[in-house]
Amino acid sequence: MLSYLAERLAQSLLALVLMSLLVFAGVYAIGNPIDILVNPQADQNEIARATAALGLDRPLAEQYLLFLKDAASGDLGKSFAYNVPALGLILERMPATIELATAAMLMALVLGIPLGLWAGVAPRSVPGRAIGVASILGFSLPTFWVGLLLIMVFSVWLGWLPSSGRGPTTSLAGIQVSFLSAEGLRHLILPAANLALFNLSLIARLARSGTREAMQQDYVRFARAKGLSERRVVGVHALRNVLIPVATVAGIEFGSLIAFAVVTESIFAWPGMGKLLIDSINVLDRPVIVGYLCIVVVLFVAINLAVDLLASWLDPRVRLGAGA
Amino acid sequence: MRFFRALLAGAFLGCSAANASDLRIGLAADVTSMDPHFLNLQPNVNIGWHVFDALTHVDENARLIPGLAVSWRAVDATTWEFKLRRGVRFHDGSEFTAEDVVFSIERTLQVPNGQFPTFTRRIVAKEIPDPYTLRLKTAVPYAMVPYDLDSVFIVSKKAAAGARPEDFDSGRAMIGTGPFRFVRFARGDRVELSRNDRYWGISGGKGPAWDKVIFRIVPTDGARLAGLLSGDLDLIEQVPTADQQRIQRDALLETAQKVSWRTIFFHLDQRERVPGLTDKAGKPLARNPFRDARVRRALSQAINRQAIAERLMDGAALPASNLVSPPVFGYAQDLQPDAYDPEGAKRLLAEAGYPDGFAMTLSATNNRYVNDEQIAQAVAQMLARVGLRVRVEAFPVNVYLPKGAKGDFAFAMLGWGSFSGDLALRSLVATADAKKGFGAFNWSGYSNPKVDELLERAFATVDEKAREALAREAMRAAMRDYAVIPVHHQVATWAMKKGLTYAPRTDEFTFAHHVRPR
Repeated sequence: MLSYLAERLAQSLLALVLMSLLVFAGVYAIGNPIDILVNPQADQNEIARATAALGLDRPLAEQYLLFLKDAASGDLGKSFAYNVPALGLILERMPATIELATAAMLMALVLGIPLGLWAGVAPRSVPGRAIGVASILGFSLPTFWVGLLLIMVFSVWLGWLPSSGRGPTTSLAGIQVSFLSAEGLRHLILPAANLALFNLSLIARLARSGTREAMQQDYVRFARAKGLSERRVVGVHALRNVLIPVATVAGIEFGSLIAFAVVTESIFAWPGMGKLLIDSINVLDRPVIVGYLCIVVVLFVAINLAVDLLASWLDPRVRLGAGA
Repeated sequence: MRFFRALLAGAFLGCSAANASDLRIGLAADVTSMDPHFLNLQPNVNIGWHVFDALTHVDENARLIPGLAVSWRAVDATTWEFKLRRGVRFHDGSEFTAEDVVFSIERTLQVPNGQFPTFTRRIVAKEIPDPYTLRLKTAVPYAMVPYDLDSVFIVSKKAAAGARPEDFDSGRAMIGTGPFRFVRFARGDRVELSRNDRYWGISGGKGPAWDKVIFRIVPTDGARLAGLLSGDLDLIEQVPTADQQRIQRDALLETAQKVSWRTIFFHLDQRERVPGLTDKAGKPLARNPFRDARVRRALSQAINRQAIAERLMDGAALPASNLVSPPVFGYAQDLQPDAYDPEGAKRLLAEAGYPDGFAMTLSATNNRYVNDEQIAQAVAQMLARVGLRVRVEAFPVNVYLPKGAKGDFAFAMLGWGSFSGDLALRSLVATADAKKGFGAFNWSGYSNPKVDELLERAFATVDEKAREALAREAMRAAMRDYAVIPVHHQVATWAMKKGLTYAPRTDEFTFAHHVRPR
């Protein structure tokens, strides 16, 4: 177990260094951020001064080594656009995104698994077919369009929910969250639903096909032969096996939700990390871009580890370390 | 409900200006920092104008008016004297004096990576004869000091001494003399302000009509509009051109429009060797056709500005003949936009030795200016009609600007906003010269000694009338020589709930203190 963890750690460190090098070189290749964040009244001297102040006049290799040196002591640099440490900036925006992604994933799991089970147990029934068709729509409709549609229907026409923003936040152990106040929850519903749609459909389809397969298996027949109730057969015996792929996919998707919720965050003006990333790419704010992607790598490594541990718990045949 | 409450408040308070109400405004771009001396970005400066003040202001037409200074004059060729407004108090109650101005000017030079030294570095000495008089000296005669000081926000020396950017974000150092007090900054989400009851402008009827103002940051056009339609927002800026007619038809909404200071123009690379210019067979041209003024003129006449303004921009553009828009200092009224004349353009091209035209790449942004990529496509087709073969390449602005600065573009679209014609010419058209600070964004290599000379004289002329005459003369010289090809001035559009009014501004700022209930 220990050597397994050590190996994973070494792998992720390597991934971090490679990723930072790629992003660094990529941003450098695009151009000088000073040209974008430029003050139109500035003259050549001011531009040169600003470039030198950020160290952007030095060779790429030197800039990168300086970055590595600072990064080793936990300093990812100061944002060019926000003038505050990049790491703090990202962490400040993280709770909003994690809250949104968690709400979306909960919606997807709580609705997706039962719907999938239902459709899997009775694939030929009308609800079963309806779920199948709806789920295809759910992951083929573009998030952007669905988001605007949700706003049009629920905010503009019906006036039930706010159209955008995070609303008032409450402090929970020093972290600002929305879900503890009624107004905050109202702001959370539409963006979370928009973000959940794809995964809801994906999970429903996974659960559906998993259930259909499980229902043919010997252990289900045995369970039925033993005279167990249908509820117990589906809810315990089939469900446990259905959950294994669902857990794996949900884990990976959760990472993506956190890292790339950007479309939903943009439409709903949700002040999360994804929006920060896009804003930063727009002005080539390198410290934030590199810092953000570093954090995403760490996040994915952690989630993958959690998924592997969960899989070995759900299915004792899966052994950690052996090709996991 | 809000209306009802406002009605009640009005009934109880008579005609008092105190209208117990909130105003929620949708901003189109992210506010990155509260520090007023960090980046000179439109959204940051927009918030700055609510909490802070500057010695000089500009009015709706981008013309200079008194702010914290009630008057100013050039004592001699290199000394400007400002008389400061008396009895102005900061939000913390302390009095505003010349010490705060000197502190603010010095602070602009100290903020790490700040962009405001551009406006203060030419000041070489500061004198305070008395707390309400300030003398600023420059090394050489320099007429722009009062203009430059419009960009320098005055912070409180007491509150901002030693303050870091974080202290402004948190509000500790956000102590100004402006119409609103700072309440809260939630990055990427909102800025909340409350009314400053001691604002000096109240006595002049310029006090804010709102107790509380919330600026929400909603960069997605559709979402900003939905916020207005659903009643979450009271006023939004930068209404997309395609939605303007719909809003104008809506009985619950109204709009305010004003020609913006942002001018869209084409830059033509006039250096000897230029990338992306070939004959129609793809062979590089022997000489650069853009060095011939007849070719530049032909291209200008080939552009149907009226069609672009009316159809592509849905009327939210004004065909341009100048580098600055009509209200702005130094606009030369006698210049007319070139009429659409494809036959004349063909003749000019033939005269210049290009009867069969040539091939070129037209570069443009696709996420910066209103309808930028569509304008580029339309202009490419118009140029094709006079015999050129034009390929359009559009980039996001973060790729575009660095490429342009490197000199990668032969024919490129750019937008520019300036307080004055001479400033715009200095940055875009003057011969590039780092020592003089001329031509910092002159990507084209264009050089016209007459324009340079007129500009130098303008910047050294402290008399406003004489300076404006010189600025106009420089504009005429540059435009008649087709240094660049102006296309149009954007028209800025705000949309708001019925019952509000906004005095629209050429500088495109969205000021809560200029929004009033009808």
